[in-house]
Amino acid sequence: MKNLLLILVLLLPTALLANESIHMERAPVNLDDQASLQRGAKTFINYCLNCHSASAMRYNRLQDIGLTNEQIKANLLLAGEKVGDTMTVAMNAKEAKVWFGAAPPDLSVEARARGADWLYAYMRGFYRDDTRPTGWNNKVFDKVGMPHVLYELQATLKPAEYDAVVADLVNYMVYMAEPAKLVRGNLGLIVLLFLGVFFVLARALKKEFWKDIH
Amino acid sequence: MKNCMKCMLDWVDARFPLTSNWKTHLSEYYAPKNFNFWYYFGSLALLVLVIQIVTGIFLTMHYKPEATMAFSSVEYIMRDVTGGWIIRYMHSTGASMFFVVVYMHMFRGLLYGSHRNPRELIWLFGVGIFLCLMGEAFFGYLLPWGQMSYWGAQVIINLFTSIPFVGPDISEWLRGDYVVSDATLNRFFAFHVIALPLVLLGLVVAHIIALHEVGSNNPDGIEIKAKKDPKTHIPLDGIPFHPYYTVKDIMGVVVFLIVFASVVFFAPEMGGYFLEANNFIPANPLVTPPHIAPVWYFTPYYSILRAVPPILNSQFPGVVAMGASVVIFAFLPWLDRSPVKSIRYRGPLYKRWLAAFVVSFLVLGYLGTEPSNVWGQFAASMPIIGGADRATVVARFFMAIYFAFFLLMPWYSKRDTTKPVPERVTA
Repeated sequence: MKNLLLILVLLLPTALLANESIHMERAPVNLDDQASLQRGAKTFINYCLNCHSASAMRYNRLQDIGLTNEQIKANLLLAGEKVGDTMTVAMNAKEAKVWFGAAPPDLSVEARARGADWLYAYMRGFYRDDTRPTGWNNKVFDKVGMPHVLYELQATLKPAEYDAVVADLVNYMVYMAEPAKLVRGNLGLIVLLFLGVFFVLARALKKEFWKDIH
Repeated sequence: MKNCMKCMLDWVDARFPLTSNWKTHLSEYYAPKNFNFWYYFGSLALLVLVIQIVTGIFLTMHYKPEATMAFSSVEYIMRDVTGGWIIRYMHSTGASMFFVVVYMHMFRGLLYGSHRNPRELIWLFGVGIFLCLMGEAFFGYLLPWGQMSYWGAQVIINLFTSIPFVGPDISEWLRGDYVVSDATLNRFFAFHVIALPLVLLGLVVAHIIALHEVGSNNPDGIEIKAKKDPKTHIPLDGIPFHPYYTVKDIMGVVVFLIVFASVVFFAPEMGGYFLEANNFIPANPLVTPPHIAPVWYFTPYYSILRAVPPILNSQFPGVVAMGASVVIFAFLPWLDRSPVKSIRYRGPLYKRWLAAFVVSFLVLGYLGTEPSNVWGQFAASMPIIGGADRATVVARFFMAIYFAFFLLMPWYSKRDTTKPVPERVTA
């Protein structure tokens, strides 16, 4: 039995190490930073939400990150949507496929599919490539159909400033992929605290009953 | 007041065996007093079953079993349904934890010989539950309609295509279409939420009735019913399940819930092992993901499927080996010829074989999560294995051990040197 456990413990790190893939810089995700989430939401709605939808995300859900309905209506509803609407786009998927070679995917849960680090590398990974129809290629997504939408920002901002814009955007996309993440941890602590107290009582109850057995 | 309770109970007992059932299964069911850590997992399996059924009922209230809406209805549950994300994470975590608990429960059987005479039927019902559970997991995994759902189902259904002559027709019949589609999703939903749960519940009841008929095994692997109090006819080493094991199991339940809640609230994806990243991309019949891997609890069998080389251009032998690797558990009561049940009194042979089996199960499980070229290839100059995928060769080696554990058991379990078994249970 003890040998068995030892073997298991020794095997564990090999299983974990073998999962290491290509190295990507860690995205500075911080869901406690409301200002960053709000800046990211603004970038997302201004730049991404023209071609990409986020059809699982409602505008008024942005109250999660500290915005009021009035602020959302005044600043983020650009095409006459209602505040309870989901983030859809007018672009027709069939036409988009002809224009870009692939229809722009819905981004509601993109951060969960790709991971924050990938998004962070992708948005900073565009480079000039005249063999591509858009003139752009990407370090982490070879022959990507999407042009470099943040080109103007990258050209006018200092590299560190541009990285910060992308970091905010990725931060927002991580939140958008799982809004429950904002409350999950806190609720979890309360649940664990409750279970901790429950365990003390359950153990005392068991000991009391089992006194006459041992 | 007390009198009134009593007369109400009498009224029920005259019409339904309430008190006698309470006694048979709880207050006068005598369980060995020496249960250890491994004996928590039976009641925990029951707990997870209840969690899955209750959360499952709430999920069906909002989930849409329809190809264009399934994926977004899951996101709807995650965002717009009050408490929806907790329900969904409990269900997805519950699926994985069900297998954790059941694997521990089965391992307990291997440790203490719980499958041996007179408990063969309990074990067979258990194998039935395990098969049902695998079906539940497989059918349920299609429902979120992500890329892994879709292509996982595609791969598994295509396995039936390899059956000689009738294979392609069987696959088409299972799918209800030429590819995995809305028709497949609908029928998988039906299997997942009603057909298999009914069978599962029936088998669980049979498992427990059979257990309470013969009585529980224990870490010493001896029959407590052999030594009874001459007056009361109560086993000397038995204690009433209620209250002793009900209060003990409550403690186990709380510890389990602490682990469970830690996953639900802090790591619902479990690093991609419980919820895979690729499954957050909606199903797309035109784009095959670069690497299709089943969820962790299926990977040992999937490894075996991949490890068997095609014979005459047919994958059928691999499919048969995979099926055999699961069904072979059913034969365990008759493969084991040891004069003792518990590992405490078995000799070194069984201990080594069991250790080798556990290691091969884990290695096969790990390899099943990775592409078969994960460790590269052997140098082409090597004899026999030159140029072969290292991982495939390793998987073949451990597959051989996996099957040898079962197939050689009649020989090594009989030949093993055993220690004398005590008359009464030890602490």
